[in-house]
Amino acid sequence: MQIPKAITKKRLSFSEKVYNFFVTMSGLTVFTWEFFKQSFFPPFDIAEIKKHMAELGVKTLPIVSMTGFIIGLVMALQSQPVFERLGASDYLPGIVAVSVVRELAPVITALIFAGRVSSGIGAELGSMRVTEQIDAMEVSAVNPFKFLVVTRVIATTLVLPLLTIYVIFLALAGSYLAVILAQNMSYQYYQTAVIDAIHFGDLLPGILKTFVFGYIVGIVGAYKGFTAEGGTEGVGRASTTAVVLSSLLILLFDTILVKLSLLIWPT
Amino acid sequence: MADVTPIRIKRLSKSFDGRKVLDDISLEVTSGENLVVFGRSGTGKSVLLKCAVGLMKPDKGEVFLLGENIFNISTKKLNGIRKRIGFLFQSAALYDSMTVRENLAFPLVRNFRFSEKEINEKVVRALEMVNLAEAIDKMPAELSGGMKKRVGLARGIITQPEIMFYDEPTTGLDPLTSKEISVLIRDLQTELNMTSIVVTHDLICAEIIADRAIFLKDAKVKYEGTIQELVRSDDPFLKNFFSHEILNA
Ligand SMILES: Nc1ncnc2c1ncn2[C@@H]1O[C@H](COP(=O)(O)OP(=O)(O)OP(=O)(O)O)[C@@H](O)[C@H]1O
Ligand SMILES: [Mg+2]
Repeated sequence: MQIPKAITKKRLSFSEKVYNFFVTMSGLTVFTWEFFKQSFFPPFDIAEIKKHMAELGVKTLPIVSMTGFIIGLVMALQSQPVFERLGASDYLPGIVAVSVVRELAPVITALIFAGRVSSGIGAELGSMRVTEQIDAMEVSAVNPFKFLVVTRVIATTLVLPLLTIYVIFLALAGSYLAVILAQNMSYQYYQTAVIDAIHFGDLLPGILKTFVFGYIVGIVGAYKGFTAEGGTEGVGRASTTAVVLSSLLILLFDTILVKLSLLIWPT
Repeated sequence: MADVTPIRIKRLSKSFDGRKVLDDISLEVTSGENLVVFGRSGTGKSVLLKCAVGLMKPDKGEVFLLGENIFNISTKKLNGIRKRIGFLFQSAALYDSMTVRENLAFPLVRNFRFSEKEINEKVVRALEMVNLAEAIDKMPAELSGGMKKRVGLARGIITQPEIMFYDEPTTGLDPLTSKEISVLIRDLQTELNMTSIVVTHDLICAEIIADRAIFLKDAKVKYEGTIQELVRSDDPFLKNFFSHEILNA
């Protein structure tokens, strides 16, 4: 595997920054190619993947739960007066549910996940790189890409959709709380309104795109960590740039995927 | 292919940012031989070892391990060769998310088909060899520098490799442990016919293990011979180097 090398020095000129940007993009492309090449051939490190998935879940569940509940609560609280003014209070649960399912839950969960996990993977692999642990693996005939990168990326790709589904439920609970605080609505009515509002064409693309976001979080963190250099400072840099880059890519791919899903499932 | 030279390095050059660290280095280590590499700090001894196992790509030159040109074979074949070699890093490079036991078991679990019981026995035996049986369930962070070194050594030799590369195996150890480790390296050589390159500054260690020694200076192999020849040399540079070594030892 040939990974292009970025220019590393303290002050970079503009053209060097542009160069480094393309280095990163082609590096991510190489990583993606390598990931798909290697993840389909045995040995499959199921135990390792499970371990990472459990760790990721434990690491992100508290913050994601809080955020999920509050998204729904605040969305409903904010919209309540507007809907009342328009005399459309009955539509509130449905509209909130659709925005949560289509956009808010997937993207916000992904961004939080990126902040927590991409940085973690970047720091972990980065410190393994600068303390020669990755070299040690390589020289003992173990494929470090497969053992360290593939397992983590599979884990992030599978965990984020699960988290997103969980967040959707919490957000709907939050919005129910806001609704009954403001107006008299039975749970039965709320539930029917939500279920009626959410179509298959809302739910499926919302969940599907989180696989892509999860992949981005994993591969960007792994790429930054794997290519870290320059001691502790390099580890720090790997960790922070991983968050920035994965967040940007999540937003970019969100735009692309939304456009695409509207083509496939027109509403 | 019984008589193949285990380590053959041909005209190896490596520079960093235009500065030559290794310049046209050639050397051979014959089967069952221990070669000691001396050199001032920063002369490229670690770089030489890393090029020799393919962790760093030299700018020029070839490396043959067990008869194979390691920069010119498939990854699969290279891994086949790497299963037969061991490497002790200067920094020990223990996997810090794993216990000592898992560190040692790692190459065995990944590359060979041993039962759990066999692996356990091998781990315990390797740790006993380096006098660290009690550290088996510790994490690397809980070990001292010298203990890490010894765990790294145990991890390197646990697969009973045909070739072993040691980067400063006794640095940071007390004189007694240092001597025990040197004797261990010697025993591995005689019992398993291991071929090795040992980078060291420790003259006592070198005296115990070396069949032959080279001295790296100005990116070249400047001197070559037995330890006695190097130590007794009239060359002012070597005299100076070894007199300090002896005072420090
Ligand atoms: N990855 C690297 N990038 C740039 N320069 C490097 C790199 N690795 C080593 N060097 C340079 O190569 C030279 C040789 O380094 P090396 O680690 O081989 O020294 P050494 O002989 O092992 O020294 P010591 O006895 O202190 O371990 C040093 O001057 C170092 O600055
Ligand atoms: Mg060194």
